[in-house]
Amino acid sequence: MLARDEALKVLAAHYTDGITVGVYQSIFDWMQIRPHPLNYLCTGAMGQAASHGLGIAIGAPNEKVVVLDGDGSLLMNLGCLFTIGHAAPENLVHFVIHNRTYEVNGDFPILGSKVLLFEEIARIAGYRHTFVFSEIVEFKLMIKHILELAGPVFVNLHVEPGESYRQDYVAIHSSESRAIFRSALHARLFGHQPENEPSKTSPDYSANEFHQ
Amino acid sequence: MTANTLATVKGSSIISALNHASVQTVVALPDIVTCAGLLWPLSKDPNIRLIPVCKEDEGISICAGLSYCNQRSVLLIQHTGFLDSLNAIRAIAVEYQLPIVMLVGLQGMEPDGRDPSESDHLGIRIIQPICEAMRLTTYLIINDASAQMLSSEIEKAYEFSQPVVFLITQHLSAD
Ligand SMILES: Cc1ncc(C[n+]2csc(CCOP(=O)(O)OP(=O)(O)O)c2C)c(N)n1
Repeated sequence: MLARDEALKVLAAHYTDGITVGVYQSIFDWMQIRPHPLNYLCTGAMGQAASHGLGIAIGAPNEKVVVLDGDGSLLMNLGCLFTIGHAAPENLVHFVIHNRTYEVNGDFPILGSKVLLFEEIARIAGYRHTFVFSEIVEFKLMIKHILELAGPVFVNLHVEPGESYRQDYVAIHSSESRAIFRSALHARLFGHQPENEPSKTSPDYSANEFHQ
Repeated sequence: MTANTLATVKGSSIISALNHASVQTVVALPDIVTCAGLLWPLSKDPNIRLIPVCKEDEGISICAGLSYCNQRSVLLIQHTGFLDSLNAIRAIAVEYQLPIVMLVGLQGMEPDGRDPSESDHLGIRIIQPICEAMRLTTYLIINDASAQMLSSEIEKAYEFSQPVVFLITQHLSAD
């Protein structure tokens, strides 16, 4: 048995300071288990987390990037596994938190999720290492090794919900949280603050002109 | 403008504009309007990192991730893929105000110089109104001069951290 929050606590104990891109209930849990300015709260459009992670992994090749995907989200964009397999970023670790439901949207069951072998698709798609866990003891034993491997690495975590964490939608949709991420990332990568921040420099997009 | 006077657009003009704007990465899904003249040459260009995707909305997110790391990229797609990606564009490019630069081929656009909003094809006719509704800055690439202004508009997109769409109305020539 693998409770999601217990699994995330195991990850947090070994991944204390790195970039994380996450979605939905997993990022709600993660924000409270490992609050950190390098948590990117990726939502608004399902199926986009791993692609954000890929862009960051390519743009920051010396940083580890951990993606916490949802099974419903990943199922929407399975092609991204092939894109990542082909791009082959060594610094990307892609977790899917496989809870078999659209948990934050009413816990409705996900079609095929009981039989879906995400890790097999990832392997065929070109991920260098793939894992599947449904027991906390085994996950605990392997996590250090997983984080040391050259990626892309895929980890399918078959989880149960665990303790319930607050769903902080305000945080995940706020421009502040993205600005905090951007600042922390720039400080990490370049040793200074970003030059062009949307909230500071952009004109209100509703006032843009239509050009031809 | 009539069919007789319609200028050709060279893929190489677009590539030099991308180089000029320090674009390092092109994320692409093939589009018949731009494939021979732009995508194939880009795939052989040592200055460009090409990331092929399986679906266009992946590209919106990859470009977003790169932009957080100060790396410039463009997304090269067909209008069909643009339509398919609207929710990602809405959330990530428009609402998150990120410099997502889209080069969009209008497959099936009549070669007679008319405006895309007057195309006989519904899929093309609706592109500009959709861009307008989403407050997406949009430009037409209709000749080499308009291809050259790409670089200054890409600069602006990054300076103000906002998306921009370039509509390519006709098949690009290979050189
Ligand atoms: C394209 C799209 N379709 C539907 C939604 C509505 N929606 C938001 S979260 C969610 C469920 C997400 O499920 P999963 O990725 O498995 O994460 P979990 O909720 O289980 O953590 C749905 C259906 C959305 N945001 N985007």
